Amino acid sequence: MCGIVGLFLKNKEMEPQLGELLSRMLSTMCERGPDSAGFAVYGTAEEGRTKITLQSPNAAEDFAKLKAALAKDKKADARLSVNDTHAVLSIPSDKVDATKALLASDFPSIRIMATGENIEIYKEVGFPTEVAKRFDLAHMKGSHAIGHTRMATESAVTTLGAHPFSTGADECLVHNGSLSNHASLRRELIRDGMTFNTENDTEVAASYLTWRMKQGMNLGEALEKSLDDLDGFFNFVVGTKEGFGVVRDPIACKPAVMAETDDYVAFGSEYRALAGLPGIDTAKVWEPEPATVYFWQR
Amino acid sequence: MQQLIGDLMRTFDLAQSPLRELNEELHRQTDGSNEAHWEVLNPRGGHAIAVGIDAPIKVDVRGSVGYYCAGMNKKATVTVHGSAGPGVAENMMSGKVVIKGDASQYAGATGRGGLLVIEGNASSRCGISMKGIDIVVKGNIGHMSAFMAQSGHLVVLGDAGDALGDSIYEAKLFVRGKVKSLGADCIEKEMRPEHHEALAKLLAGAGITDAKASEFRRYGSARKLYNFNIDNADAY
Repeated sequence: MCGIVGLFLKNKEMEPQLGELLSRMLSTMCERGPDSAGFAVYGTAEEGRTKITLQSPNAAEDFAKLKAALAKDKKADARLSVNDTHAVLSIPSDKVDATKALLASDFPSIRIMATGENIEIYKEVGFPTEVAKRFDLAHMKGSHAIGHTRMATESAVTTLGAHPFSTGADECLVHNGSLSNHASLRRELIRDGMTFNTENDTEVAASYLTWRMKQGMNLGEALEKSLDDLDGFFNFVVGTKEGFGVVRDPIACKPAVMAETDDYVAFGSEYRALAGLPGIDTAKVWEPEPATVYFWQR
Repeated sequence: MQQLIGDLMRTFDLAQSPLRELNEELHRQTDGSNEAHWEVLNPRGGHAIAVGIDAPIKVDVRGSVGYYCAGMNKKATVTVHGSAGPGVAENMMSGKVVIKGDASQYAGATGRGGLLVIEGNASSRCGISMKGIDIVVKGNIGHMSAFMAQSGHLVVLGDAGDALGDSIYEAKLFVRGKVKSLGADCIEKEMRPEHHEALAKLLAGAGITDAKASEFRRYGSARKLYNFNIDNADAY
């Protein structure tokens, strides 16, 4: 099964309510995915700085050590803000590669969830409302956000197997469905230099999009191409720095419903996810067409 | 006095009471029940609202519903004043179900009787495996509709998506707009007087006055896939 919720705000005045609204949407989709949950929130960017969202199974120890290591270098200008098992590391954008190298060499148990100017990704095993509460989603602000509740079918219930998956700087993907050609596609992508952390089919889709974009396609083109190259069932909802996209496979078995008002565009696996949104009674509500890429941008 | 009680409407607010209570109460209704008219408030996309009714009562649902609304309906008239999620009126036996908005996937699937009216659009697999139900859609229908449809009628005032009537048996399909493509073994058939008559009745039953039977084309089975024939292997 799995549940997806997404909210893209057109009205800037609603940005302080983003987390609260997404958290309510996510809570309606618990039955569709009770084993783990995650969400990506696009907050405010800081000029010249990049955020790296980190996760660790030994969060207290790892993040304390990392803080100490960063404090040693006075010129590092790094800020670490810990949130339960996750932490957001804010650094000057020109230090991203050096910081990632440091993390890889000295902090093997820290995983990178997302990198970008705006994006933060949080995901954990557990009941979705509990996961949202742990990270205090309700108080997060931003322009758009995507959430996922997971009922695992293709691979193990682990933190890394939860969604969203990062597909590149400020980009993320969530998936409802199951891909049937993910093993062969993973082999092809590995041959072409892509790396994988899990046996998860969605990670293959995320990696596929990153790979296509490395070849010069934009996200819309990569999504169009995915309709040819991915086999199986999928509803994808993707986030970019300024945009929000939706695509369904041509069979379109997996449920999807969307709503749009002057203030927002919203996605839900079911109408239940949208029922609590302000102005929903007069919103345009529709089911996205199969094999059609939808994209909204600010 | 008896008559007066019969006209009373019961209101059930799903924001106040659980769905299971509503469905239990509806299942308690029988022929000649005093509580003949029900209004359901705050459905908020909930699943399985008003399923399994077996009494000639009237139910008005004020808002949009989720999966399987009015499934297995017998005798009742259920009206959804909003849109419906997947599987609305699935396996309906008799009665009438009206969706004022749109319907999601597999509306009226496997239905055996009664009338399902969708005033908006229906998405994919509308009337899949229908076995006697009549479905009237005022808008468009999605791909793979009437797949393996056995009997009954599917009437579409708008357009039909890909693979209409794939592997169809004896259901009759009437489409006023364009058909994107026909599925395996589904062909256009001539509109004979009896089809005009049947269609006019269905349109009248659905309360449609702005469409004439003569504007529709009929589609049905070429009856080539009924029995396995090795020459058809490519079609599978």
